[in-house]
Amino acid sequence: MKPILRNILVYGAFIGVVAAYGLLEKSTYYLQLATFVGLNTLLAVGLNMLMGYAGQISLGHAAFYGLGAYVSGMLTVHLGWSPWATLPCALFAAGAVAYVVGLPTLRLTGYYLAMGTLGFGMIVNILFREFRRFTGGPSGLPGLPELTIGSINLSHGANALFLVWGCVIVAFFICERIVDSRMGRALRAIHYSERAAAAVGVNTASAKLAIFVFAAVIAALAGFLYAHMITFISPSTFNFLASVKLVAMVVIGGMASIWGSLLGASLLTLLPDFLHVFAEYEMIIYGLILMLVMIFFPEGLFKNLVKLYERAKNR
Amino acid sequence: MGKKSIILMLSALLALAVMPGCGEEKKAEPVAEAPKAAPAVKAAPAAPQTIKIGGIFSVTGGASYLGDPEKKSMEMAVAEINAAGGIDGAMVEAFIYDDEGDPSKAVLHAKRLIERDSVVAIVGPSLTPTSMAIIPDVERVQIPLISCAAGNGIVLPVKPFVFKTAQSDIHAVESIYIYMQEKGIKSVGLLCVDDGFGQSGHEQLVKQAANFGISVVADESFSSSDTDMTAQLTKIRTQRPDAVICWGVGPSPAVVARNAKQLQLPMPLFMSHGVASRKFIELAGDAAEDILFPTGKILVTGLLSDDDPQKAVLQNYTEKYQARFNEPVSGFGGYAWDAMELLARALPGTGGDKAKLRDNLENLSGVVAVSGTFNFSAEDHNGLGADAFIMVRIKGGAWELAQ
Repeated sequence: MKPILRNILVYGAFIGVVAAYGLLEKSTYYLQLATFVGLNTLLAVGLNMLMGYAGQISLGHAAFYGLGAYVSGMLTVHLGWSPWATLPCALFAAGAVAYVVGLPTLRLTGYYLAMGTLGFGMIVNILFREFRRFTGGPSGLPGLPELTIGSINLSHGANALFLVWGCVIVAFFICERIVDSRMGRALRAIHYSERAAAAVGVNTASAKLAIFVFAAVIAALAGFLYAHMITFISPSTFNFLASVKLVAMVVIGGMASIWGSLLGASLLTLLPDFLHVFAEYEMIIYGLILMLVMIFFPEGLFKNLVKLYERAKNR
Repeated sequence: MGKKSIILMLSALLALAVMPGCGEEKKAEPVAEAPKAAPAVKAAPAAPQTIKIGGIFSVTGGASYLGDPEKKSMEMAVAEINAAGGIDGAMVEAFIYDDEGDPSKAVLHAKRLIERDSVVAIVGPSLTPTSMAIIPDVERVQIPLISCAAGNGIVLPVKPFVFKTAQSDIHAVESIYIYMQEKGIKSVGLLCVDDGFGQSGHEQLVKQAANFGISVVADESFSSSDTDMTAQLTKIRTQRPDAVICWGVGPSPAVVARNAKQLQLPMPLFMSHGVASRKFIELAGDAAEDILFPTGKILVTGLLSDDDPQKAVLQNYTEKYQARFNEPVSGFGGYAWDAMELLARALPGTGGDKAKLRDNLENLSGVVAVSGTFNFSAEDHNGLGADAFIMVRIKGGAWELAQ
């Protein structure tokens, strides 16, 4: 099958599944759950571009998620702006911060980059907590407006699901285009060996910075959607632990795999919910599953599932 | 850096990811006789007709010291109501979920309770952010919520369907300042934790100071994960306040107490009701000596005079809780216990009608409970007064009433 045709089929099926789920599922609980999966997928796919393709670890990604939420939240609550007007501001703010932070930070590698981004994430979280007059402090910022177009409310039920998953599909598409472009090849070269990439003429610094800004903007978009869906934000949603969970989603789903982000985000969002049945043992079983995945699928779920499928096909 | 070390680092991170409360606080010690609790605790055998009540608590994670006793108290209250024949002949069934202190999880659980479990009311969540996160949903579907969190923003401004049982720091601050006024304390230095609890307390401390002729001469903050507050205390000492007030909860106030002792702070140290637990004395050791703080009366049940209206209620709750769970009571579990007590009084005759239940709750008055005496009204959905608190002093590893 031609790759283009296959791509159309894959996206068609994807859109079909989302549409069918949104139209057929009546329970707002399951709709909300699926919407959270979408938000996490959006965050994971952005981070995966940075971690999986460019090989740059970020332990502060939740900061950009939070920036998107807080910039939009503060502008709407304190200045009464329409959420749609704040969207470009939120995306721009996160992108600009990523640019400024990325300039020095992305010169670091390995542990040092991890430490640098970790510090950044914590500083941003402290700012959310301490600028009480604007951010509402640790108790959070209530009363955010919902997203509406005319009389259609996009913050609840199936509409929220369509909005979030629509963004996911567009993000997937853009990410795939980036991966298949000169940029994507440059990123993979950097991942393999930064020196070799530089030697063959890749501007490693600007490529890394560009993808860092891209990941930040995607995260800010997710933050914007989250903020106006829940209509309340507090710093604890965007703390260090949230960053770690995002890294876990990327690693579990599969580094350098766009569809793996979907798997990782789904697993880490849905699993705790299904494991409620086990009560006190929930956390143990959750940890065990993650451990087994890492032992038996070290390259992440997606790649190994594809391998299994191909092995079965060839038999 | 080698690939191996990256993998090692990622695995370490994964380990972090599966621990919801890592780095924040040690989890509550497991209870010896903890009953096997399914997430949806079926406290009653399937009766033909049941009244379903939801609970959302931070049972695990950094706030497990709140959520764990709350969950247990709610289970206990449900068992008690059912043992007494239920409400209007119907058994009560509780559906309790753990939000791990995460607002997104609280939102999901609220939706699940409202929709899948069709509960008539929700007790909890344990924290201010988790409570605030579910309030929009609760108000939209118009289901009574009795929050167990401290933040004033939950009931101020009053939202028709939202109530709370936890004492407000408005009254905690009031009782500290009343005490200070009696003792002639004119200036204070503040040291507040930078979370929701500290923020809310800080606001009240600053706002009410003038009413009692007290001036705030130093104003510092710390993070709940900090391990040394010497710098802040030294800074406060240079301002020579008559007293220092530390507003925090969890292990960090114990650090403040120890640092204050190391620095030999000359002025008395006051703390918030957040340190009203045996754990604080254990953590702070000798340094806890002579610290003053306001607390719900549950801490000093035995010391209360017999004519205190709450004494009998407190003794009843304490005895039952200790017998059932074999661990000391805290005021936190009382929030959920009181919420159930209020529901038990408001539920009869409603037939599961949420609007009627809300009206009944709002009209409740003179309900003597663990956290204080509740007098709800259309303007006050917390319903407690300054008499919900009493000032105590730590002496010889125990509490005594501060005279």
